[in-house]
Amino acid sequence: MITVENLTKTFTQSNTSVAALDDVSLEVPDGSVCGVVGTSGAGKSTLARCIALLEKPDTGAIRVDGTDLVSLEGSKLRAARRRIGVVPQGDSLLRQRTAAGNVALPLESAKVPAAQRRSRVAELLDLVGLSDKASVYPDHLSGGQRQRVAVARALAAKPSVLLADEPTSALDPATTDSVLTVLERARSELGVTVLVVTHDMAVVRRIADDVAVLEQGRVVEHGKVLDLVSEPGSRIGSTLLPETDQASVLRPDSGQQHDVVAEVVLVGFAAVGALLPEASSRFGVELSILGGGLTRLGDTPVAKFRVGLSGERSESALKWMIERDAHVRRAPVSVDGVAA
Amino acid sequence: MSDVTPWSEVLELVRPATVETIYMVLMSTLVGVVGGLPLGVWLHMTSPVGLTPKPLLHRVLGAIVDVTRSIPFVVLLVVVGSLTRLLMGQAFGSSAAIVPLAIAAVPFFARLTSNALREVDSAIVEAAVTTGASKFRIVWTVLLSEARAALVGAVGVTMLALIGYAAMAGAIAGGGLGATAILDGYNAYDDRVLYVSVVLLGVLAWGMQLLTDWVTKLVDRRRAVTNV
Repeated sequence: MITVENLTKTFTQSNTSVAALDDVSLEVPDGSVCGVVGTSGAGKSTLARCIALLEKPDTGAIRVDGTDLVSLEGSKLRAARRRIGVVPQGDSLLRQRTAAGNVALPLESAKVPAAQRRSRVAELLDLVGLSDKASVYPDHLSGGQRQRVAVARALAAKPSVLLADEPTSALDPATTDSVLTVLERARSELGVTVLVVTHDMAVVRRIADDVAVLEQGRVVEHGKVLDLVSEPGSRIGSTLLPETDQASVLRPDSGQQHDVVAEVVLVGFAAVGALLPEASSRFGVELSILGGGLTRLGDTPVAKFRVGLSGERSESALKWMIERDAHVRRAPVSVDGVAA
Repeated sequence: MSDVTPWSEVLELVRPATVETIYMVLMSTLVGVVGGLPLGVWLHMTSPVGLTPKPLLHRVLGAIVDVTRSIPFVVLLVVVGSLTRLLMGQAFGSSAAIVPLAIAAVPFFARLTSNALREVDSAIVEAAVTTGASKFRIVWTVLLSEARAALVGAVGVTMLALIGYAAMAGAIAGGGLGATAILDGYNAYDDRVLYVSVVLLGVLAWGMQLLTDWVTKLVDRRRAVTNV
């Protein structure tokens, strides 16, 4: 488990000081994947560099399994670094060493005997699916392959936490997928706690259990992805879920009149598949979908619909859905309220 | 000049001179690398972009290196004369010339080393830092290893500079192709000896550069640009 407690870091440049991190706290439970997202300049890189122990925060603590690592120095700091495997931003492989040689680097730092080193390197290259590239030099690997070698290297010294700083930037969607698959395997097969700092929402969508949103050095949202998506006003929710206000289905002249219009967020296979039709038939209301759609967060299907209900028992139908864990937000019927 | 020196005599003159030049250049390059490499690493490590920035020490080291480098070699040759006598027992001949040559080579190679290390991508160095590597390991397996092509190139540049210096040293202190060109060629009005010596110096420089390029290619694992 890794906890970040009240981290602050201020940079001073020509008499103006900028708070890159302003009282940032995070908690990533054992064996889970947490995505830290934010626009550029939000403090993501600074946070990543602090957690990688490359920079000291002004105040605050970074604890791995309870021990604060911020104040360590010398050999204790070097030993602590092996508890956090880091996939740095950008190309970070030694260009004069093979893939295997790169993965072996942390093991050399940890003075692991050569025989053990070889078998561990083979294991890791297998984990990232690059066993056949062991003796290939980085310049002859693709961007995605290089990034997977970097993940293997970060995992070599058996860290309890894996920190990936923008692991998918500059990769195409298919390659991004291969890198995320490897991070996912690190969690499921090695039980590593994964912290991914990224601007790429696809990362959160694919592998994150938890998410933290950074804005101007502050954490403005933090929690389980599946909880946040159903919270009204959540930035994560509005980013990850389908849009519901497509103009085409809301034209005032469409002639449709509804007794109730509501936004419904459905989480999970059962809810997404059956809740709306069942509500419609059970209460004898006419239910039409005005907007929204279906998506997938990790393995969980999630839907967000704007629905219009017509019929005497519309209110009861909505109430029934809420009782079954659907997240319902009433919307004004008029078109003016669409953006609300 | 009535008679030209026969080729056999020219050969007898330039053959030992060539060996002496090679000897002077290789020995002083060796000392230059052995002394200049750690000095260059130190210079880089204490620099603002190094792993252990020490601004004051860095400036002092830099000043020593650059002041030494800026002394014209002819002056250096004369200035270190007494030191040469102390170390080598004599101030003349190719062995004696190694002392000023090495003194010139050390700061020269140190500066080239520090420049080569600065070119190693900081992302690579930071990645190594996060693995818990010690500073010594980072210097050895990351900085020097990643900069190997530039370092081999630096050895080549040093050797070539030293061929020139060695000729100068030879002309003043005796020994090598420089001495042959001046003393047996120019001063003796023997054009054949003069030009053969000059051509041999050129061939030597060219050969050393070829060797450097070949070794560079051998040790460098980066992908070369193949279509320019």
